[in-house]
Amino acid sequence: MSKKTIAVLKGGRSLERNISLKSGHRVEKALTALGYATVGIDVDTSLVRQLNELKPDAAFIAMHGRSGEDGTVQELLDILDIPYTGSDVLPSIRCMDKVLTKHILVADGIPTPPFYAFNRDAFQELGAVDTMPIIAGELGFPIVVKPSGQGSALGIRFAHAVEELPAALISAFSFDTKVLLEKYVKGKELAVSILGKEPRALPIVEVRPKTDFFDFESRYTMGKADYLAPAEIADDVAAEASELSLKVFKALGCTGFGRVDIMMAEDGGLQVLEINTIPGFTETSLLPMAAQAAGIGFNELVEEILLCALES
Amino acid sequence: MTRIEFDKYKDFYAKRTGGMRSSVMRDLMAVIARPDIITLAGGLPNTESFPSQTLAEVTRTVAINASAAALQYGPTEGFAETKENIARVMAEENMIVDPDSIIVTTGGQQGIDLVTRILVDPGDVIIAEAPTYPGAIPSFCSFEADVIQVPLDNDGIRTDLLAETVEQLVNEGRKPKFIYLIPDFHNPAGVCISLERRLEIVALAKKHGLIIVEDNPYGQLRFEGEHLPTLYSLDEDDNVIYLSTFSKILSPGIRLGWMVAPPPLLARFNLGKQAADLCPSTLAQMIVNQYFKDFRWQDYVEEVIRVYRSRRDAMLAALEEYFPAEASWTRPQGGFYIWVTLPEYLDTADLLALAIEEHKVAFVPGSGAWADGSGANHMRLSFSAVTEEQIEEGVKRVSKVIREQMDLYRALRGSEQ
Repeated sequence: MSKKTIAVLKGGRSLERNISLKSGHRVEKALTALGYATVGIDVDTSLVRQLNELKPDAAFIAMHGRSGEDGTVQELLDILDIPYTGSDVLPSIRCMDKVLTKHILVADGIPTPPFYAFNRDAFQELGAVDTMPIIAGELGFPIVVKPSGQGSALGIRFAHAVEELPAALISAFSFDTKVLLEKYVKGKELAVSILGKEPRALPIVEVRPKTDFFDFESRYTMGKADYLAPAEIADDVAAEASELSLKVFKALGCTGFGRVDIMMAEDGGLQVLEINTIPGFTETSLLPMAAQAAGIGFNELVEEILLCALES
Repeated sequence: MTRIEFDKYKDFYAKRTGGMRSSVMRDLMAVIARPDIITLAGGLPNTESFPSQTLAEVTRTVAINASAAALQYGPTEGFAETKENIARVMAEENMIVDPDSIIVTTGGQQGIDLVTRILVDPGDVIIAEAPTYPGAIPSFCSFEADVIQVPLDNDGIRTDLLAETVEQLVNEGRKPKFIYLIPDFHNPAGVCISLERRLEIVALAKKHGLIIVEDNPYGQLRFEGEHLPTLYSLDEDDNVIYLSTFSKILSPGIRLGWMVAPPPLLARFNLGKQAADLCPSTLAQMIVNQYFKDFRWQDYVEEVIRVYRSRRDAMLAALEEYFPAEASWTRPQGGFYIWVTLPEYLDTADLLALAIEEHKVAFVPGSGAWADGSGANHMRLSFSAVTEEQIEEGVKRVSKVIREQMDLYRALRGSEQ
């Protein structure tokens, strides 16, 4: 049997381009070592032409954020009839949009912090600013203000008082036309990676900020947070978090792999924050770390993700 | 299950590295580098102006005449010929310097590192301008300096505030180890320190026995106006350490800079340089020296000044045409940069994200120029490495981003107005 050809899609123009290039490079090395004919494509306007010429057996999508994680590239691959890794178009759209994700979670009875969402028009055309005191009363401070459509922590701000909301909203609106105001849950942040054709939860990674107040920037700044796998939590809580994450993964229609971010409140209650359909594959990413804790090497992880695509 | 730690070496790192981190810009460089983005971000010399034929001739001559020496180690302080050429470059700015008081460094950046390495213990005070060169801050922080920044205006650092700050620190027994200044065509602010203030700074240094570190990468790139004497040339008490570089008058790829200092300091810097990298690149020095021998280096500087001047003009015209009335900016008479000040509520790091994603344009957010990360409502626009057409289009796009967020802010403050 001749070698299967795999196109590794990476880069693109999203703000997470840098991480994506690193993820893609590492995936390419793994696939080459596994014996696949691997072609890396830094995604730009020539993508469709390149794919038409290459006619790969599958595409490994190592793109993060806009165009790569939001269903766009998935749609193109569907049209070209090329199998691809990870979730299909619809779950990609759902998960990239945190507001949509949360509405689905609520409808399915899955706990997620209370929230309100607005687009620019609400403020610029409909005077939404006058609802801020009501929202502040409902959610209490601090309020977490997030752009709806960013995969990473970019643009996330805390507002500690009504006066801080405008600046926080402007920041969030710099990253998306829709933003989310969410109740802040104090507690432990857990990342549950999901893997496989029959999805299973990998050992949970615990994010431990070094500063008293987790400013979210820490998550992506080397040395500002420690990461531990498996998380130092009671076995029954770990089991509950894993089960909850699998439920979330299925509720949103995800396939192949993904990562569910959960806050474990101080009372032990679990609240789902978001789902990443294409978490990072870099040396410092959480999915490979979780896999390693389960005894799954990086090449093995990459191959399992690919096989889900080839066999689907 | 195996217990996995994200970074198993975390307990091995030196404490002083805790403050080191990658800048927002570094992380976004990969996006900014895409050809579809107009970048007003990079402080890059326009190396396209340098005739490739000249480089070819010079390197060929070095290879044929001095191959073995060019490939060999050299003296820590650099070749005598390099230092003589540096003295000539400095003479062009009316400085008389003994070549023996020069150390050739690996880029001007190494000068900043060496000065800090040799002079600063953890907790020691360094005074710098606010804003200061963003590339100096990681050097200062990696030696755990307490960086105190003094605001500047269109005439450079506010010497009244500088004097106050120095007096106060001296009274507290915390005399600064040095005052780091970029008097000419400041990066990022674009301004020059006025002659009057230069004289005050030199007098202040004399009064308190202070060391001034004068960083002057852009001094030769004056487009118009009177040449201002450097602090080095005004100082009569050996209080000034002078740093400069070939990067802006020849090439940053050559990685050659220099420092000039009084003998006792120079001996220490030499030891520091030995520990850091033994010697500056011999090959690069020989290429530069051959170039100085065979060509008139001033011709190239005159050529790039012509290019930069018209780009500066294009940027000022575009700012005038497109930017909102609430924005203000500097009008540099040389160098690479224009410094823009926006309303307080705008954070230019956020604007950058919107600029890159929605408008395909990039600039440098202001906060990198402050050790404490303040200054978020400023941005640096660079005109050195973009064409006049790109400048107009780029400024137009940046203005769109600013206006969009200003409109939103007005809506957000709606009920209060």
